[in-house]
Amino acid sequence: MTGAESEHARGGLGRVLAQWPALVGLTLVWVLLWGQLSWGNVVGGLLLAVLVVVAFPLPPIPSRGTFRPVPFAGLLGRFVTDLVVASFQVAWVAVRPGPQPQGAVVQVRLRNPDDVYLTTTAVLSTLVPGTMIVEAERDTGMLSVHVLDIEGSGGPDGVRRYLLDLEDRVLRSFAPRDVLARCAAQDGTEGTR
Amino acid sequence: MTEVEPGFWTTVADVVAGVSLLAGAFLTLAAAVGALRFDSLLARMHAITKPQVLGLVLLLLGLALRVRSWSAVAMLVLVVVFQLATAPVSAHLVSRAGFRTGKVDPDALVPNEMDPEARRD
Repeated sequence: MTGAESEHARGGLGRVLAQWPALVGLTLVWVLLWGQLSWGNVVGGLLLAVLVVVAFPLPPIPSRGTFRPVPFAGLLGRFVTDLVVASFQVAWVAVRPGPQPQGAVVQVRLRNPDDVYLTTTAVLSTLVPGTMIVEAERDTGMLSVHVLDIEGSGGPDGVRRYLLDLEDRVLRSFAPRDVLARCAAQDGTEGTR
Repeated sequence: MTEVEPGFWTTVADVVAGVSLLAGAFLTLAAAVGALRFDSLLARMHAITKPQVLGLVLLLLGLALRVRSWSAVAMLVLVVVFQLATAPVSAHLVSRAGFRTGKVDPDALVPNEMDPEARRD
């Protein structure tokens, strides 16, 4: 009985400790909110982080990702450039005189429908070019994307090419080697779609 | 407000801050104009995800360069991070709900590759 209880307790503690990235992140947010690095803030933030992780458990993310700094720097740099370009483009479309551009919905099938990469690609694509995710299907990796100005974005194929390039940059930054190899192998068949 | 000695670099920071504040104000204004002028729900979502987000980021960048206090900068960084993380999600949810409840005219979209199955449920 007591053995089972301690087993259970250890399992609970292990589950909390396994989420150390979430604990570190939440503690960091707490310290930033107070704006001062002090022991009181760090300990208080850590206690709150444990409380949050225990009280609001989330399903585990099955990711065996790696992190490659150089492609990630490329992804980040391209993201910032695209965010600036896209923002001024949309701003110009908003304030320029004349008719509204033709909107469209384009579907694109991502090469790797894993949740983490699908989500990252979808969020980045909403912020970055003239596109916005309307539907995302986890099973098939199919994204339905609304395009503000279909002609200015190079037509449906231009949008598809952009999103696949974006996914490529995300995968090169985070995906393990075998996933990369599989996607590269699929490249030829996807291009003809 | 600041313990930094005034000099060449504070002037540079002030100029960059001024440019950031002006650009951020322009983008925020354009986002508001877009939200008014665009004729469809989906187009409006574009206005509130891209120029609005970068406008806020630039305004806060200008503020951080001018205030020059770490505790204020920490707070501004948090605002930017949460803005970048939440704006796409809310835009996606609003547009998906719009599609599924028939607030979006599918014929106005050319081409419209949306799966009719997905609109029904």
